Amino acid sequence: MSLALLIEWAIKSVVIILIILGGFAYLTLLERRTLARIQVRIGPNRAGPWGLLQPIADAIKLIFKEELTPRDADKVLFFLAPIITVIPALIILAVIPLGGEATLFGNTYRLDLASNVNVGVLYILAIASIAVYGIVIAGWSSGNKYALMGGIRSSAQMISYELALGLSIVGPILLAQSMSVDQIIDGQRGLWYVVLQPVGFLIFMLASIAEVNRAPFDMPEAEQELTAGYHTEYSGMKFALFFMAEYGKMIAVSFIAATLFLGGYLGPYVERFWWLGPIYLFIKVLFVLLIIIWLRATLPRFRYDRLMEFGWKILLPLALLNVLVTGAIYVLVGGAV
Amino acid sequence: MLGEHNEITVDELKGLVSDRAIEGETMLLNMGPQHPSTHGVLRLLLELDGEVVVSCVPDIGFLHTGIEKNMEAKSYEKALVMTDRMDYLNNLGNNLCYCLAVEKLVDLDVPERAQAIRVILTELQRIASHLVFTASHALDLAAMSVFLYCFREREHILDIFELCSGARMMTSYFRPGGLWRDVPDEFEPAVRDFLKMMPDRIDQYEALLTNNPLYLDRVKNIGVIDSAEALSWGLTGPSLRATGLAWDLRKANPYSGYEKYAFDVPVGEKGDTFDRYIVRIREMRESLKIIEQALGSLPEGPVRSDNRKYVPPPRSELGHSMEAVIHHFKLWTEGFPAPKGSVYNAVESPRGELGCYLEGNGSAKPLRVHFRTPSFAALQVLPRLSEGHLIADLVAIISSLDPILGDSDR
Repeated sequence: MSLALLIEWAIKSVVIILIILGGFAYLTLLERRTLARIQVRIGPNRAGPWGLLQPIADAIKLIFKEELTPRDADKVLFFLAPIITVIPALIILAVIPLGGEATLFGNTYRLDLASNVNVGVLYILAIASIAVYGIVIAGWSSGNKYALMGGIRSSAQMISYELALGLSIVGPILLAQSMSVDQIIDGQRGLWYVVLQPVGFLIFMLASIAEVNRAPFDMPEAEQELTAGYHTEYSGMKFALFFMAEYGKMIAVSFIAATLFLGGYLGPYVERFWWLGPIYLFIKVLFVLLIIIWLRATLPRFRYDRLMEFGWKILLPLALLNVLVTGAIYVLVGGAV
Repeated sequence: MLGEHNEITVDELKGLVSDRAIEGETMLLNMGPQHPSTHGVLRLLLELDGEVVVSCVPDIGFLHTGIEKNMEAKSYEKALVMTDRMDYLNNLGNNLCYCLAVEKLVDLDVPERAQAIRVILTELQRIASHLVFTASHALDLAAMSVFLYCFREREHILDIFELCSGARMMTSYFRPGGLWRDVPDEFEPAVRDFLKMMPDRIDQYEALLTNNPLYLDRVKNIGVIDSAEALSWGLTGPSLRATGLAWDLRKANPYSGYEKYAFDVPVGEKGDTFDRYIVRIREMRESLKIIEQALGSLPEGPVRSDNRKYVPPPRSELGHSMEAVIHHFKLWTEGFPAPKGSVYNAVESPRGELGCYLEGNGSAKPLRVHFRTPSFAALQVLPRLSEGHLIADLVAIISSLDPILGDSDR
């Protein structure tokens, strides 16, 4: 292991974290502006041109806010919860390739950190599930009844969608015959898996919106019922971490959806010009993100018992059926696709 | 379960909540008064078993303003401004209710034109109030965009109010004996514009709510009540009509010339949250019909009674009529005396039966003023409706009853 390799890894890690952090900041702006458009408002437009400095203003505000810890809180867990929530959001992108091979200064670099890990998909599922602990712990440790209910809801929610989420990813795995993210992308050189796996894609999107607690599945923080749910008692930077985790996860699932179903960085001429890869990926991620924002603007919230019913009685059987049909066709056709 | 920091003692809770809460088996949750979906400052003491509401105790009186008592210290005409501030989504309706009661007490006639304008404005007010209902009801179920769409249309109505009275909410535009002054020339085109625009906009809300399975899933069969029980709880207005009983004071006991206009009274089927919503949506369309008819047949003429004992003379007369100066002086310093006796007059407010009880004792100030407000009755039925439902449904039920805290605590 040479020093150059270590530096390369360090740079790549920093880039991935920056994607999430910078993405988080500007996703909030994008969401606020898009929502405002849909809702015949203007949205933030005071700080900088088109409100481009708004995220920075928000960050400065949140950093200088007083951080309160409730008297009844479990101090250690209360401090740990936002960290446990935010870290998975930051590291989940490690297995997602941002592009193919790039040639810079005579050397060839791969535009990814660890996408050739042979259990990349398992890594995604494993890391994505950790974040819910942060939410449950936050709810428990706050010493607040609203927060507690938010925490309970999120664990109930996780149980109901996680299985369907896992099963929806089985489709691409079967088609690519690999759990490595690299090979799943390679398998989509002919046809994107969203064409071969439309049901799988739909289930994945629904389950992952539930996973990131976005509307219409945002029960853990249901403002109208639980004030702010699990992060009711959080303020200042700790609150910012939860906020960051929510938007970071939103970006992460968009990356995953784009990679597993929409062909990742693939697109026309991507072999000839390596820099097209990240651009294609960015466009696909933006597309998924805009759909998530659009849903939030349009739909009322699910009731959480309905979400569990939906998860267990509709999504799970549908996902199982999808796996069965995919497997059967795959065996019959003999892997021709 | 009751922590050491709770200020309320266990003895005080006995009788309000079940014994299981005292033992700590169920959770007590203080919802509000500062809570995003308690419509102002409603405080609820909830007893929860998981997320299921076991019992619910509304704490009425947090916003108590002493309006009724204050009115007793003012002359009949000056007390009017207090009514604006009761139900802050029905300012003109409150004005109307109070003016009708005063007019009944002193036996004062109101010119035709004033009556028609009163009808137009109160129906606009009804639409504005139902818009806020639709908005906040949708927002409580997290359908955020509907909220902003409704407020966009409400803005048009408030602009019309501003055109007439100079104020968007605290209008005080109706006075005993008529109106403060005639509507300006821009009034009619502004209302016509609104009438043209509104039906499409209501279709938009319905597209986002009535035809949305996700929304229907949240409101169908939630908080069901039948007509007989609704009556026994004192529920009136759209919440009562949602149970299928077509009781509307505009039909049953017409005032201000409502008998001249053709309109339907929409009713629901089951009395659930969805019916309470759809009845209000349909009422908006009916109100548009009434406004259209009233505007089409708007008579010319004065807008204030010429009974100088009760209604101040117009400014123009003061320069050349000694008698007018005397009346002006008497009315604005002392006010007019009302005879001994009591009246009760009820109108159909957007929320139900809004009644005003006035007792005169021969002086220029009322001896007793009392309002029968629909929100008060709506809040007392809340525990019955929410029992056994989830906390998410409770939020839907509260908003479907459309309580205004300024209306219940006055």
